[in-house]
Amino acid sequence: MPSIVTGQPPPLQNPLLPLREIQRTSLEPRIREHLKIETVFHRCLCTDSGLIYNQHACNILITFADGKSRKQVPLKKENGQTVTVPLFQSQENIAGKITIEPMQGKKIDHNGVKVELLGQIEMYFDRGNFYDFTSLVRELDVPGEIYERKTYPFEFSTVEMPYETYNGVNVRLRYNFLKFTAMKFSAFAFFFGYKGGIVECKRLDAASCLFVPAALYVLKVTISRGYGGSIIEYQDFMVRNYTPPPPINNSIKMEVGIEDCLHIEFEYNKSKYHLKDVIIGKIYFLLVRIKIKNMDLEIRRRESTGSGTNTHVETETLAKFELMDGAPVRGESIPIRLFLSPYELTPTHRNINNKFSVKYFLNLVLVDEEDRRYFKQQEITMYRLQDETS
Amino acid sequence: MIADGIEDEEKWLAEGIAGIQHNAFYMHRALDANNLREALKYSAHMLSELRTSKLSPHKYYDLYMRAFDELRRLEIFFKDESRHGVSIVDLYELVQHAGNILPRLYLLCTVGSVYIRSKEAPVRDVLKDLVEMCRGVQHPIRGLFLRSYLSQVSRDKLPDIGSEYEGDADSVMDSVEFVLQNFTEMNKLWVRLQHQGPGQIREKREKERNELRDLVGKNLHLLSQIEGVDLEMYKDTVLPRVLEQVVNCKDELAQFYLMECIIQVFPDEYHLQTLETLLGACPQLQPTVDIRTVLSQLMERLSNYAASSTDVLPEFLQVEAFTKLSSAIGRVIEAQVDMPIVGAIALQVSLLTFTLRVHPDRLDYVDQVLGACVKKLSDKPKLDDKRATKQVVALLSAPLDKYNDIVTALTLSNYPRVMDHLDNETNKVMAMVIIQSVMKNNTCISTADKVEVLFELIKGLIKDSDGTDLDEVKLITCDVDEEDFNEEQNSVARLIHMLHNNDPEEMVKIICTVKKHIMSGGPRRLPFTVPSLVFSALRLIRQLQGQDGDVVGEDVPATPKKIFQLLNETIEALSSVPSPELALRLYLQCAEAANDCDLEPVAYEFFTQAFVLYEEEIADSKAQVTAIHLIIGMLQRMNVFGVENRDTLTHKATGYSAKLLKKPDQCRAVYACSHLFWVDDQDGIKDGERVLLCLKRALRIANAAQQMANVTRGSSGPVTLFVEILNKYLYYFEKGNPHITSATIQGLLELINTEIQSPTSDAFFASTLRYIQFQKQKGGILGEKYDSIKVHWERQCTSAMTLLYNFFGFF
Repeated sequence: MPSIVTGQPPPLQNPLLPLREIQRTSLEPRIREHLKIETVFHRCLCTDSGLIYNQHACNILITFADGKSRKQVPLKKENGQTVTVPLFQSQENIAGKITIEPMQGKKIDHNGVKVELLGQIEMYFDRGNFYDFTSLVRELDVPGEIYERKTYPFEFSTVEMPYETYNGVNVRLRYNFLKFTAMKFSAFAFFFGYKGGIVECKRLDAASCLFVPAALYVLKVTISRGYGGSIIEYQDFMVRNYTPPPPINNSIKMEVGIEDCLHIEFEYNKSKYHLKDVIIGKIYFLLVRIKIKNMDLEIRRRESTGSGTNTHVETETLAKFELMDGAPVRGESIPIRLFLSPYELTPTHRNINNKFSVKYFLNLVLVDEEDRRYFKQQEITMYRLQDETS
Repeated sequence: MIADGIEDEEKWLAEGIAGIQHNAFYMHRALDANNLREALKYSAHMLSELRTSKLSPHKYYDLYMRAFDELRRLEIFFKDESRHGVSIVDLYELVQHAGNILPRLYLLCTVGSVYIRSKEAPVRDVLKDLVEMCRGVQHPIRGLFLRSYLSQVSRDKLPDIGSEYEGDADSVMDSVEFVLQNFTEMNKLWVRLQHQGPGQIREKREKERNELRDLVGKNLHLLSQIEGVDLEMYKDTVLPRVLEQVVNCKDELAQFYLMECIIQVFPDEYHLQTLETLLGACPQLQPTVDIRTVLSQLMERLSNYAASSTDVLPEFLQVEAFTKLSSAIGRVIEAQVDMPIVGAIALQVSLLTFTLRVHPDRLDYVDQVLGACVKKLSDKPKLDDKRATKQVVALLSAPLDKYNDIVTALTLSNYPRVMDHLDNETNKVMAMVIIQSVMKNNTCISTADKVEVLFELIKGLIKDSDGTDLDEVKLITCDVDEEDFNEEQNSVARLIHMLHNNDPEEMVKIICTVKKHIMSGGPRRLPFTVPSLVFSALRLIRQLQGQDGDVVGEDVPATPKKIFQLLNETIEALSSVPSPELALRLYLQCAEAANDCDLEPVAYEFFTQAFVLYEEEIADSKAQVTAIHLIIGMLQRMNVFGVENRDTLTHKATGYSAKLLKKPDQCRAVYACSHLFWVDDQDGIKDGERVLLCLKRALRIANAAQQMANVTRGSSGPVTLFVEILNKYLYYFEKGNPHITSATIQGLLELINTEIQSPTSDAFFASTLRYIQFQKQKGGILGEKYDSIKVHWERQCTSAMTLLYNFFGFF
């Protein structure tokens, strides 16, 4: 039997981890704060729009070649709004047309038009700055003038997009198209951030902003202008990569407990689950000398960003599922059946671009009549299986 | 404080109900709007009210029932896919998303029942899943109600023979499996309930548990209602599994209740065929379980079953019901060392009742039961437990009541051995019961063996159990109610008369046996019992005599002579205890019988004995008077004696008569003696002279008595004696004694006349005179005889003395 250790959750490499008693996590208050901040964003972003430029200069319309048939998925943006964006996966061709239509009777002088596909990561500790892990550029036009509506086809073939879009507590990953930057508007951009990016800015206290990191993909269309600033339009899209079912998928089975007090054996049918999977398992009570009140199974997500001393870990409880009510006796076996579909889970991400990781844990928590908690945390690997609907 | 607790509980209940109603309202709205998501949400909220731990089972039930009603509406909604647009399979998954287990499982059960109804999945799978998932609720009360709900919603959907849910994959077996599992889990929860909370409220817990027991028992009821549970399945699956649970739960309350349940809900026929299994569980139960009641109920049911139809009796024999029950009881008693003796005996009583009802013809069974009791009782010499004693009495009375015939009981070898273990008092009571049974049913016990056994049984009445020597003192000083004793002994005496056999030989044996027993009875009992025996024997003698003594021979034991010998000994025993008067009477009775049998020496012997007794034992003068009159009376009727013997005896009798203490007694005895010389039949002795001698002697004594009275009291007193003698004269006169003449009578009349003031003053004398008058007037031969007697109604002047002198001088 493993021994009982009190204090912080144990490091993962300890395979025979005992159950232990912990203080309530300090997570919850922070989540609340996070929600508050989110609403603030929402308000300030209402005025932020590419339309500002477009009204003065032109309309930029980005359409995808297979736009009608391509699957659209909701994307929750940093301002809290949910928009529908097309879904891609790695190795796909991303092609389409960009239409630039100047305002009536106006012409656009430009130093060139380009479209960029950007894969970006925004980090908790470095809010507002995107690390581009993917950056592809297609020049659409040589410097000149646009008098009337003009359409540019574009194509990025077999784009390598190794990372999925991820929108976390501390990290966002995005891919986008890009173009251009006009000096004139750079100051503006500074204040309002990137469209589709995390807005933040100086107005917010960096330490309390939790809406990063994120991994995002975006198409960015830039009409470069020597003066008056470049005209930029963004188009978000989402990337999801599918994984085949793992060839080896062992169950998790372990006997844990507190010496002469509580011995249990638990079993989860797999160690790797897809996002719509069901966790099947059971808990077998070998010895019960404490009065247990109930038992929950929690799904916890741990995001870790940075490295070395800069490492920041944020853990979030996504699901709390009651497995048992009342005090069991020795010999009882309690079934587990937890459907994962109701929860907003993502695949496990390990060391994305050396920037961040997302891991999932199953945390078995037993609470006794004096509200002491005994828990055992086990990592599970989440993966995305083809055929999923969302 | 308790009141507070109750008040609080009321409050909590009210809050719970309010919560349910509130959420039910929104649920109804969602249902009306066909909004599945909202419906699920509010139903889950509603069911969350059932998560309370604050209510007692009773109150919790109230809450549960309200939720139950609401769930019915939800179920109807679930049934109609067109209303919510989700397939039942998806719905089955959807409800499992609920985070709290209790609402989740209630919803799952509800959807599960719809799922089964839809037949979209094998029933067995759904049932199995439901019953498995319910393990998640380990709280006893909540778990019990949840499982009860599961049982409730699934009961009409169990695959059964002929039910619509029976299919290729789904068989009765699945239903049984399901119910059994649910039962097992519920029982575990129920048992666990007692371990909740601190010790001081244990009692309350027990009460609460009792309230919940029907939830558990319902499962067994459900099992019994599944038609597909045939004997085979019951035997192979249902019963062993249920018993396994019952035994393993090691809980007194549960074991008792569930055993009762099993016995009550399943058919008798099944019990009969599975007796071994069922009984096999009994010794394994907790020692505190009231197995007696359980087994009694079982046997009660079985015997009712046996009584219901004669067709089933062979079944009983086939399965050896009795043997199994008997050995089971034996094992139970063995296993439960602490069981008080009363419990063990009570078990045996139940078994006996069963046996008597089911196998009335199997006495060996009854005997076995009694034997088992003896074995149990043999640990202790005597029972001192009142209740146990009562049970033993019940045990012993049962066969008597059943057979109405002590004879049957007499063949039970263990019967007396059981009785041995009773204390004296109870033993007597039991003996009385036996005797009363004999009396009531007028049973005739007709063989010596049986008599032997019977007396063995009632020996509590026949003799004192410990040391006969000390009896007398003990009985007098400390013994019980005299009346009770008398009644007991009278009963024994009556019993002796019930022992009868028409075959003299056997009857003699019977008598011998009885004699053997009653002889040990001690001085207080003999006076009661000996007369019965004597008369019983005399009856036999008369019977033999009726047969003309044809069979009389040396090799035949039943000759009157031998019986007389026996009687002689018997009565002798009586005389040795101070009861001479009684012995004397019996001797005389025997003498009379001997007379009838024409056995002169025997008769003579009896008379001798009587006289000896008279001489040696009867000292009281009053008793002497009575005795002498009895002797005289009997002797008068004897016709067997030869002259010599008769002379001896009569001489003795007259001699004793004259030696009585009081003169009047003397007088009366003497004139009675006169009859010894005058037997008024065909060839009787007619010795007129000696008659007259006796009468004269009587007169003389009467006269002496008269004078003595004069001396001591100053008045002569009544002349009754004279009148009595006069009557004797008249009698002999009428009978034609030549020595009695009218002149003699005349003389006596006058004598009396002088003694009394007026003939009318003495009623006796007056009526005697009237009689003489009457005879005169009637005429005829007698009238003529009387003619010469003159009756003077006036007083004569002659002195009495003169008259008396004349009277005597005349002779």
